[in-house]
Amino acid sequence: MAETTYLEAIRQALFEEMERDESVFILGEDIGAYGGAFKVTDGLLDRFGESRVIDTPISEAGFVGAAAGAAHMGMRPVVEMQFIDFISCAYDMLTNYVATSRYRAMLPCPIVVRGPSGGYVRGGPFHSQNPEAAFLHTPGLKIVYPATASDAKGLLKAAIRDDDPVLFFEHKYLYRRIKEDLPGGDHVVPIGKARVAREGKDLSIITYAATVWKALEAAEQLEKEDGLSVEILDLRSLLPMDDAAIVETVRKTNRVMVVHEDTRTGGVAGEVAARINEQAFEWLDAPILRVTAADVPLPYSPPLEDYVLPQTTDIVTVARKLAAY
Amino acid sequence: MARRAGPGAKGRGPGAVAGTRAAGDRSTPGVARGPRPSARLSRAQQLDLYYWMRLTRSLEERLVNLYRQTKVIGGLFRSLGQEADAVGSAFALERRDVLSPLIRNLGSMLVKGAKPVEIIRQYMAKGDSPTRGRELNIHYGDLDRGFIGQISHLGDMVPVMTGVTLSFKLRGEARVGLVYVGDGATSTGSFHEGLNFAAVQRCPLVVVVENNGYAYSTPLARQTAVTELKDKALAYGIPGVRADGNDVLAVFDVTKEAVDRARRGEGVTLIELMTYRRKGHAEHDNQSYVPAGEIERWEREDDPLDRYLRVLTAELEFDDAMIAAIDARVKDEIDAATDAAEASPMPEPTDALVGIYAEPALIEPLWYRAGVRSAVAAHERAAGWGTFHG
Ligand SMILES: Cc1ncc(C[n+]2csc(CCOP(=O)(O)OP(=O)(O)O)c2C)c(N)n1
Ligand SMILES: [Mg+2]
Repeated sequence: MAETTYLEAIRQALFEEMERDESVFILGEDIGAYGGAFKVTDGLLDRFGESRVIDTPISEAGFVGAAAGAAHMGMRPVVEMQFIDFISCAYDMLTNYVATSRYRAMLPCPIVVRGPSGGYVRGGPFHSQNPEAAFLHTPGLKIVYPATASDAKGLLKAAIRDDDPVLFFEHKYLYRRIKEDLPGGDHVVPIGKARVAREGKDLSIITYAATVWKALEAAEQLEKEDGLSVEILDLRSLLPMDDAAIVETVRKTNRVMVVHEDTRTGGVAGEVAARINEQAFEWLDAPILRVTAADVPLPYSPPLEDYVLPQTTDIVTVARKLAAY
Repeated sequence: MARRAGPGAKGRGPGAVAGTRAAGDRSTPGVARGPRPSARLSRAQQLDLYYWMRLTRSLEERLVNLYRQTKVIGGLFRSLGQEADAVGSAFALERRDVLSPLIRNLGSMLVKGAKPVEIIRQYMAKGDSPTRGRELNIHYGDLDRGFIGQISHLGDMVPVMTGVTLSFKLRGEARVGLVYVGDGATSTGSFHEGLNFAAVQRCPLVVVVENNGYAYSTPLARQTAVTELKDKALAYGIPGVRADGNDVLAVFDVTKEAVDRARRGEGVTLIELMTYRRKGHAEHDNQSYVPAGEIERWEREDDPLDRYLRVLTAELEFDDAMIAAIDARVKDEIDAATDAAEASPMPEPTDALVGIYAEPALIEPLWYRAGVRSAVAAHERAAGWGTFHG
């Protein structure tokens, strides 16, 4: 079987879900004839027509709100943000209206908001963002951020079928750089379950999205140069978070670091560390360490972007410190 | 790929608004009547308009060369065919006035004093570029010269310019602000909220809507059910006027009247400039969604430089040598700017930690980066990614 890219996996999930369920429709800027800024929706207009593949005006709050209303009426809208950076324009709709609708009004709001996220692409401060932490603090939303093509497909299918709103972050650096043989059949990956990306026994790296690949690189290097056996836990779902998997890896290796591409303060790593503190403190042999971006807007020029974002060498440095503690 | 009929399939052709500038637009209530302001331009100013348009076009052409040599980092955005709208409108401002450009407004920035070397350094992500490598392309500003850098989020500069001009009003300064938005950006909430606030406050603000037919791939008819964007002004209780955006003198006239009106304390004007985006959204965009022949028709019949050259030589009687001298000057300036930009250094990595707050001006490096000048021994290793099957 031919290998499938991360991008193509997402397209397949959209295609299959639209085939399976007539209430699924997609909307966003330039997603129809143009096929989307990254061509994720290429071909969907031809297959499903203009009523189910809707080009929107540049009105993120407007079309997220409209998706919510359609979802109340039994539709399953999937919204594309041209870049995830523009999700902030719909922050009010998502956090005030969408996230609270089930709790406050017993109105289901099964929408998916997806879009290209993340840096390492010289995109500058407004085409590189990782906004997951801004929404992690909002009960009522679910958040997933896959690292592999298989998870991208399976989690998107799960997100579309989920009865609650799901933010689906796609890493644009991974779009065309990774590929794999996808499982056949109706491949659905449950939301809320982490994945062990590499088994190990000396220390654990908890991470998600593009930095899973950085962590894998670091793990190879640490094994070769230091003889360290590194376990990598890919969270995949940030909300809900898989506490059981986190505790399990802590109990296994007793040394943990958390790596993410997003900035440090108020980031996902802090939340992971707090959960470990509460649920597995006695299993720790060392403090929990973080590798993250520095707390600045992501700059554009290569030397600056490389300096701000977490790199493989950082993971190696911190892992050595952790192992020696 | 499905091809949808754009507005160009019927109606969106060059000359659609030609000739409307005097009769149609002047009759809008609240806009001053009188002789065309451009009739008062000096001979030198008439040539200046050509210089700025030529500089805009040639500078972008140079950037295309650099892009093809992979010296530009990131996307390249053109304003080919829109030079008159940018230059003519900015030319209507005074030095003390402030404008906020968008991605098609290289020409406006040049008129306001932006230097070609700065633009090239920006596109090459150099350390001595105006943003020191933090922001891309023409996303920068300089308050001393009177332009404010845009962010990507469309529409956001409208409320910001409302605030800029509100400050002029509060301090009793006879200054005016000008903000550009694309046809697509008029769909944003920020456009609406900012414009409404400016209108109710009677801020000295001119809003220039550049109707170039498309927002990325989306034609105007998919963006709004309004057929003339100037009609959006009705919703804010302000005058809305429309002019031929590819006629630099018409652009100057309509903007100058709105600027004068703002300076007199009569509030906001919305100007719709009819133009056409002849290149894709950015260099990567192959424009497959554009109806056949549309681009070529605009190029042939409604190129703003060609049109103004005809005015300069046929009506204003400038001779070819004077035009050629400007072309030569532009080329020399761009050559010098290119050399200087190419020789510029990339930023120092640790400069990333400077300037996030006034105080502290410098944040500490993350502990594991202490003493590390450059973050990476090797840059991101694309080839290594995705090879793990663990
Ligand atoms: C809020 C927001 N949503 C989406 C985008 C992505 N985007 C960048 S430019 C563009 C089209 C802009 O069209 P228009 O306003 O007509 O300006 P033009 O490029 O034609 O000058 C889009 C959708 C953005 N920058 N900001
Ligand atoms: Mg446009």
